[in-house]
Amino acid sequence: METNNQKTQTRPVVNVREDYQARYGFSDPDEYFHKAPKGINHEVVAMISKLKKEPEWMRKFRHEALDAFFAKPMPQWGDTELLNSIQFENIHYFLKSTEGTEKSWDDVPDNIKKTFNRLGIPEAEQRFLGGVSAQYESEVVYHSLREDLTKQGIIFLDMDSALREQEEIVKKYFATVIPPTDNKFAALNSAVWSGGSFIYVPPDTDVKIPLQAYFRINAKNMGQFERTLIIADKGSRVHYIEGCTAPTYSSDSLHSAVVELVAMDGAYIRYTTIQNWSNNVFNLVTKRAMAHTDATVEWVDANLGSKLTMKFPCVYLVGERAKAEILSVAFAGDGQHQDAGAKVIHAAPNTTSRITSKSISKGGGRASYRGMVKVYPSATNCKVSVECDALLLDENSRSDTYPTMEISSDDVRVEHEARVSKIAEEQIFYLQSRGLSEDEARMLIVNGFFEPFVKQLPMEYAVEMNRLIELEMEGSVG
Amino acid sequence: MTEAQIPFRCEDIHVAIESKPVVKGVTLNIKGGEIHALMGPNGSGKSTLVNALMGHPSYSLTSGRIFVNGENVTEMPPHERSRHGMFLAFQYPLAIPGVTVANFLRAAVKARVKDDSEMKAFRKTLLAEFERLEIDPAFATRYVNDGFSGGEKKRLEILQMAMLKPSIALLDETDSGLDIDALQIVSKGINTVVNKDVGVLLVTHYQRILNFVKPDFVHVFMGGRIVRSGGPEMAAQLEKEGYEKIEKEVSRIAEVA
Repeated sequence: METNNQKTQTRPVVNVREDYQARYGFSDPDEYFHKAPKGINHEVVAMISKLKKEPEWMRKFRHEALDAFFAKPMPQWGDTELLNSIQFENIHYFLKSTEGTEKSWDDVPDNIKKTFNRLGIPEAEQRFLGGVSAQYESEVVYHSLREDLTKQGIIFLDMDSALREQEEIVKKYFATVIPPTDNKFAALNSAVWSGGSFIYVPPDTDVKIPLQAYFRINAKNMGQFERTLIIADKGSRVHYIEGCTAPTYSSDSLHSAVVELVAMDGAYIRYTTIQNWSNNVFNLVTKRAMAHTDATVEWVDANLGSKLTMKFPCVYLVGERAKAEILSVAFAGDGQHQDAGAKVIHAAPNTTSRITSKSISKGGGRASYRGMVKVYPSATNCKVSVECDALLLDENSRSDTYPTMEISSDDVRVEHEARVSKIAEEQIFYLQSRGLSEDEARMLIVNGFFEPFVKQLPMEYAVEMNRLIELEMEGSVG
Repeated sequence: MTEAQIPFRCEDIHVAIESKPVVKGVTLNIKGGEIHALMGPNGSGKSTLVNALMGHPSYSLTSGRIFVNGENVTEMPPHERSRHGMFLAFQYPLAIPGVTVANFLRAAVKARVKDDSEMKAFRKTLLAEFERLEIDPAFATRYVNDGFSGGEKKRLEILQMAMLKPSIALLDETDSGLDIDALQIVSKGINTVVNKDVGVLLVTHYQRILNFVKPDFVHVFMGGRIVRSGGPEMAAQLEKEGYEKIEKEVSRIAEVA
């Protein structure tokens, strides 16, 4: 009987009119196995490391990173006003909700199970995923990988388990792509990281079905600092998808992840993110990939919700003929600033990069494209393409473009295009004359605008993405 | 024929653009199966009239009433007029990037069905219309009017008309910008779609299209008014003599009056 009940609950909500509050805005009662006091200091870091029974090198790494966090100034660029409003002392840096990570869905505590059921996670797993990881606050509460993938030698673990079970390989790559000193938020993550995903794909192995992680912040004033590391060995292929939500509270939460990707020679990694934070989350994430010879890295990144997002997925093209493709979309509604973009470093000859950014600003929202493309003198015969497309839905909204190109090689083909547009009254009338209401007409135009992004998603995610856009269009979020 | 069966009727339509009167009293009765040609020189207000009939927000209807199948649609927003059976083929159809023809038509058809079960046949209907109108089915996956040639845009308008099955089709200079081959294809499309249940108001500057789409009535439109109405022979007369002769006669009458 229990199972039957579960099944009915796991059906994803299909009513597109439901708002964020009803769908994601719920929160569970505050019952934690372990909750760190508010504020950040060496005691908190020591406690996290001790609870996780970590090796000495990691404990040391955390404390050094915390010193780097204290020493580093706040970024002096971007939305400094909002950045400076973050109250680091008012945040819980660690919340442990269960004793460990469950491999069986039935063993996940009821309240957490209910949360993920409402978000449709177990059903998604059954239907089209090779592996699933569900993180609740600081730690991963549920994790599974299909048996056939395990047999292929694919490792998909939460980061804490990976450190215990695969210490050697974790130690070899951890923080090699993003050192703690990279920026203030990478330093903070390095000091207090918890959870996240670890993936290793053996040489010449093709992971045919996507692996997914779902991140959920539940508590008030919570900081979520997951750490993800993906290593695609020579000639392998993998697609990883992450989704994120949080309840709507009046006080702020902080999400500051670090994601490192290593694509070895000839490997292919696609990393898809659909994040849908509530409007009280500061989302400050560092994502970077190393692409070696003939490797391809694709970041497919959708930013919805949050108060301030600063996220610039980056690819270092360090091997010849490596490719980077970054597709970033953002929807900035009332009270939101989506500061998103991309960064590519061409450090080897014959490398190719393509950046496509699409943003919508509505109801006073602000979207910024911030991009950096750097080509080193040794990187000959490179191709660079940057395309930014912004759509303003009303007069109060804002869009800015901050493209930076540092090209030190003379042998580079660069294409750059930037457009800002508004929905024309004539377009609306045209669609109205076909029977669509004004709202439906706007919706269709907005969907069309995001179409180049949405068509990159697996079907289930495309449906979800369209639904999220619809929620944003109704302006009911927050 | 009872009132409800008359697809289209408008009474004493006056339209102003930024409070300047452009259309000054137009009355039309269009029955099922009838093709009415509205001919007039550039700037006479033809396009203003049909756009205002469809409910364009920039044109204000200062007086008059519009009936579709006997129902008063005068106060309705454009999408309600559409759902009640009005259709406007645009002179300059707009591009909707990222929205495929199939998805666009699905949304438009869905907006007028009573329940979703009626949508089951959508794909089949769409493919059948592609075939009937001799349009390449690859159209379905292209983005609406995005990068379309002039001829392709007008063919897509006719395809939309076929899918939406209006009671009254207002065709605004559907012949403009078409070479003779494209004009023949589009005309053939109009003739294919028009049947005894649909009335057509074909707005044009030139007589050319009327060689392919035979009107039952011709109205000459000048200075915001219909100044002459007659049978199909009037189109040929206009072609030969131009608008000037009628213009002179009209102004003479106006002086006398």
